[in-house]
Amino acid sequence: MLISNIEIVPGHRVLRHLGMVQGNTVRAKHVGKDILAGFKNIFGGELTAYTELLSEAREEAVARMVAHAQAIGANAVLNVRFSTSSVTAGAAELFAYGTAVVIEEG
Amino acid sequence: MPIELIVVVVLAVLGYVFGQLAERRHFASIRRREREYAELLTFSERRPPPGRWQTALVGGNVVVSVDYFKRLAAGLRALIGGRVSVYESLLERARREAILRMKEDALTRNAVMIMCVRLETASITKGKGDQISSVEVYAYGTALMR
Repeated sequence: MLISNIEIVPGHRVLRHLGMVQGNTVRAKHVGKDILAGFKNIFGGELTAYTELLSEAREEAVARMVAHAQAIGANAVLNVRFSTSSVTAGAAELFAYGTAVVIEEG
Repeated sequence: MPIELIVVVVLAVLGYVFGQLAERRHFASIRRREREYAELLTFSERRPPPGRWQTALVGGNVVVSVDYFKRLAAGLRALIGGRVSVYESLLERARREAILRMKEDALTRNAVMIMCVRLETASITKGKGDQISSVEVYAYGTALMR
C-alpha cells in the first residue's frame, strides 16, 4: 500500500478513483504520565511520553485508514491529511484521511 | 506573606530559570541540526519535479509544555492584550523541531527532497482556567527517493 500526501505518484497513473477513506483513534493519557507532565508544566520542555503516545496513535489512525482502503480494493492512498482534536480534557482524537485509488505503473 | 504567594513566586522563579535554560539549549540544538540537514530541501509545493521517484510519507511530531513562568507572564499579558512573546518562542521551537524530526525520518530513507510539507498544530491538554499548557506540532510530507 502506497501512502502519499501528494495527488500524483511519479511514474504511475491512476486507473480508478474509489473515494475517500479515513481512520481515527481517540487516545487518553496515562495518569502516571499525567503527573509527570504536571511537573514538566513547572519547568517547561518536551513531554516525551505524549510525543510517543501521539505518534503511536497517528500510526494506528493510518493503519485503520489503510485497512479501509484495502477493504475496498485500493492499492494506494493519495492526498493524505492529518487532523488532531482534543475531545475532552485528557483525550485527543487523531484522524487521517485520504483518497483511495488504484494505480498502475506507466 | 501568605504561603500561596510564596509558592507562586518560587514556582515562577524555578520555571524561569529552568525554562530559559532548556529553551536556550533547545534553540542551539535546533540551529545545529538545521545546518546539518540543510541539503535536504523541503517544499510546500504539491507537484514533484519530473522524473522517476520512489515516494514515502514521512512525518515528525513533538509535544512541548510551557513552564510556570511563561504561563504566569501570558496570564498577565492577557489582562492588557497584545503580543504574547513567551508563547511565540514556544511554538517556533515546536515547529522547527517537528520539521527537523520529519527530515530525520526522510534521511533514514535516503530521501532527496520532501514535497507537500504540511504543518498541523493542536493543543492537546488544557491547564487550569482553559489555558493551553502543552501544544503538539506535527509536520508531514512526501519524501522523494531516487
